[in-house]
Order: sequence, then C-alpha cells, then structure tokens
Amino acid sequence: MTAAILETHALHKSFGALTVAQNINFSLEPGTFEALIGPNGAGKSTFVNLLTGLIPPTSGSVILDGQDVTALSIESRVKRGMVRTFQINTLFNSLTVAENVILALDEHHGQGWRPLPSPSRRRIIREEAYEILGRLGLDAWGNREVKELPYGRQRLVEIAIALALRPKVLLLDEPAAGIPSTETGTIIEVLESLASDLAVLIIEHDMDLVFRFAQRITVLVQGAVLARGTPDEIANNDTVKAVYLGEGIHA
Amino acid sequence: MSGIERVKSISASYPGAAASSTWRGLAMGRTGGDLAIAVLLGLGALATLLFGEAYWLLGSQVAITMIFALSVDLLVGFAGIVTLGHAVFFGLGAYTVGIASAHLGWTEPLSGLLLAGVVAALLGAVTGVLVLRTRGLGQLMLTMAFASLVYEIANRAKPVTGGADGLQGMVIAPILGLFEFDIFGLTAFLYTLAVLVAVVGLAVLMTRSPYGRSLVGIRENRVRMQAIGTNVQHRLLSIYVMSAALAGIAGALLAQTSQFVGLNVLHFSLSGEILIIVALGGAGRLWGALLGALVFTLFKDRLSALDPAYWYFWLGLLLAVIVLFAPKGLIGLVDRLLSILHRKESL
Repeated sequence: MTAAILETHALHKSFGALTVAQNINFSLEPGTFEALIGPNGAGKSTFVNLLTGLIPPTSGSVILDGQDVTALSIESRVKRGMVRTFQINTLFNSLTVAENVILALDEHHGQGWRPLPSPSRRRIIREEAYEILGRLGLDAWGNREVKELPYGRQRLVEIAIALALRPKVLLLDEPAAGIPSTETGTIIEVLESLASDLAVLIIEHDMDLVFRFAQRITVLVQGAVLARGTPDEIANNDTVKAVYLGEGIHA
Repeated sequence: MSGIERVKSISASYPGAAASSTWRGLAMGRTGGDLAIAVLLGLGALATLLFGEAYWLLGSQVAITMIFALSVDLLVGFAGIVTLGHAVFFGLGAYTVGIASAHLGWTEPLSGLLLAGVVAALLGAVTGVLVLRTRGLGQLMLTMAFASLVYEIANRAKPVTGGADGLQGMVIAPILGLFEFDIFGLTAFLYTLAVLVAVVGLAVLMTRSPYGRSLVGIRENRVRMQAIGTNVQHRLLSIYVMSAALAGIAGALLAQTSQFVGLNVLHFSLSGEILIIVALGGAGRLWGALLGALVFTLFKDRLSALDPAYWYFWLGLLLAVIVLFAPKGLIGLVDRLLSILHRKESL
C-alpha cells in the first residue's frame, strides 16, 4: 500500500456545545479519487475548511505529505500541494480567463513578488496557461473576461486555476454545482483526465457522478464518519441506506 | 495527442491574432487611453518648459501632486486598500526634509528625498500592520485616526515643527551641487519632473509585473488569492509601505521646492483631495491619476484666482458632473472618445 498523501488524526471541531467534526480519521492515497458525501449539514464543508486551514480544529491533526500542517496557514498548505476549488465561483471576474490562470502560475512558480515584467517569461507563462486552458477546452476563451463567460465555463476556470498550482491533493467542492446536468459532460471528462498521481477528494451531491468516478467513498453524518469503502460497499451498507432513504443510492 | 496539437495551434494563432488587431486593441482597449494621456502630458510638460515660464512653479506643483496621486492610486486603485489619511505620509516626508534642513543642516536634496522616503516607509510599516487588519469603513477610520494623531503631534511640537506658524529657516543646497533653486522655478520644475518621470516609469513597470498583477488579484478576489498560495497580508503591507514612501517623497519635493513646510501638508483635507483626484482621473490606471492631478491642480489654481472664496463650489460641480457622467473618471472619457474616433474612421 502506498503512503497516504493526506491524513487526519482524530480531527475535532466544536463551537461550544455544538460539535461539527467528531474525531475524524481520514486518509487519502495518491492516485485515488475519493468522494465525500453526506446529507446537508453533515459537516462536509467544515471538514474541507479544517483541511485547508480556513478554520482551526479544536483538537487533532492534519498531515499533508508526511508533514503536520495543522498549525500552518491556508497559503502554506497550498504551497505544499493542497489545493481546493470553490462551490460558488471564486474567480478574478474582471480579469481575462488566461490572466486568472497566469495569476495562479505566477504564485506557483514563486514569482508573485517579482516587481518587474519580463516579456520572455510572460510568453512562456502564457503558453503554459493556454496548455491548461486547452485541456479544459477553454483556450478559445482565453482573452475574454471571466464575467463574460457562461456559468458552466466559469466552473471550468475554477478547475483551471487549481490545476495551474500542480496540486498533490485536489479538493473539489461540488464542481458541478449550478450547472444543468446536461452540461456536466465537460466537467466529467476533465475529472476523468486528471493525472493518475493526483489525489482527489470531491464533495458532490450528484450521486451519479459520485458512483461513476469515486474509487472510495466516505459518508459523513453529523460531523462523524459513518462509513468508508468502495462504491459497492457503500451502496450495500444498511446504515448508509437508512440515512439516504429515499435519496436513491444505486450502484 | 490532441492536447499538444491544440497548444501548438494556439501558440501559432495567438500572436498573429494579436498583431492583426493591434490598432483595434489600441483604440478600443485601455492601452490607447493610457498612451493618449502619456503623449498629452509629455507634450504639455515640454511646452511648459519651452514657452511657459510663468507656469514653472505651478508645473512643479502639478508634478508633485501627480506623484502623490500615483502613490494613492497604487493603494486604492490597484490593491483595493482605502485610505483617508494618506497626507500623513506626504506631510511626514515634507517635515523630514524640513526638520533635517532647518535643525540638522542636512541640505542635500537627493539624499533628503531618500531620507523622507525611508521615514515615511517606516511609519507606513508600523501603521500598515494595524490598518490592514481592518477593511472597508474600519480601514478608513484607522487611516484617518493615525493622520489626525500625527497632525496634532506636529501642531504641538512647536519647537521642532514651528507648529501652526510653519517651519521656517529651511535651506536646500543645489541639486548635485550644480543646479541652484532659482526664483523662476526652472530648477524646481525640472527636478520634480525628473523625479516624476522616474516614479511613473517604475510604477508602470511594476503594475505590469507579476507582483502588480497579484495586487489586482487581491483587489478582485482576496479569498482566491489566498487559495492560490499568496500571503495576502504580506503582499498588502508591502504595497502600503511602498505607497507611503512615494507619498513621503512627494511631500519632500514640496518642502524642497517651496523651502517651507506648513501644517496643511498633514491636514485631513489634503487626504480627501488626493482621493478626489484619483477618483476624478479614474482609479486603477496610473495615467488616470496623473490626468486627475493635472486637471485638479489647474482647476484649483484658476478657480481660486477667479473666485477665491467660492472655488470649492465649482470644484464640487465639476466632480458631480464627472461622477455622474463618467463613472470611470476622466480616463474613461478619453477611452470613450478614442473608441468613437476609431468607429468613425472604420466607417
């Protein structure tokens, strides 16, 4: 078995009497595509926010690539390879699509402090940006401002920015949210093409998507892990079925 | 496979596409407006230099206001930090060279500029750490509060600053030991112009750099900037310090060219005026701030001569018209004008 790229040990978060994450033990191996599911209010977003460092845990730890990152800032975790996308588009709206990706590339290459322009470097970065946009079928939109794009395309820019950071762990927060199911095709293709050494954790409500791609599924209920396993195991798990009664889980 | 082919076709088609629409890009885009203003200002400066002897002193005032406006535009227009207390850095720069000259005999102008920049940057670093913890209204209040504190300190420290009477007895040595400040203001004009050109050059380069773009990124979406690995707080503090230093240099230029420092350089109304200038010209474009500084200073000069008591009325009217009919400022008007000209030409 390969060593986990991302682990949590007894990760716990409570606000006074309210516990939103209960001693979560979790691990994610490189090259796996894992889904995090659970009813509304199960604590999925809280868990992601604990992973990325947006909220500090009450106790427990987050281990990224063998290093304890629990005390590190959001940006230091990004620098170490943990990258997220957002459920609601969080983009640079008045910049062009290419510039959105270039911003991420500059930060990834540690150029964010470079105070002088370099035309030759800029050309290389542009090519790199267009290579990523090409993978998402966005290359024709490179010179357009993000706000001019249809929502579905903007969802892809979310992913493009994340890919520009060459993540080791990619946290996808409902990547297909807000897109009609007829248009999720491109997103699905993209998810399928993600590099095999990348570890992906996807939060998703669309069970078709989850059972189609996920190699493993973690079910979160009331801030605690209810079950973990392969899609088959989860689909046949009676407790999970009980929780999702009427929501139509199928293998 | 198709991915690589795609990239090739993009890199092949991209430069060509850009070249064929260069004129269109210039006329329609923002570069055209920037360029038009740059040419206008350059010609204006040259004409003033050659034929406008009577305007040399006013010209140096314009150049100083431009540097100050640029410092505020970098902060407000690019990084999205709001301030109603930027006069504190301008005033500190002015008092730094003033006090250094009047009390310590430090009369050399270029090192004086540097000193003023460093002192203003230090205050920027200290107050910036606190100011940048807040946002929006809170930020506005904090910048105002710090400016008021320093104003009151300067007012009370009469033995050092001269208080309300102003700082007397400043002497500034010739620039590079060669060019003495003359009564017509030629040296002052050329000196401030040279500093302005250097500052504008650096600012233009910086805003086109990855660093400059990251500031725009923070203004556009702070959360995402952090999510791509940027330490937003450090980045903002750096531009705050840099902007403070620039404002300090502008203030120092004013003190050096007028050989006098009064409390008004620290006053709240100056902080307000400089923000108005940036809004008037169009924030976030550099050239907008420069144009705003020119128009505002000329207006102020003309109007206060025509109507010393009520010139603020006319200024208010001008602003109201600009804000209502050109929300992107004067530079927005220039952009629009260029695109209309372009459309006529292509018909």
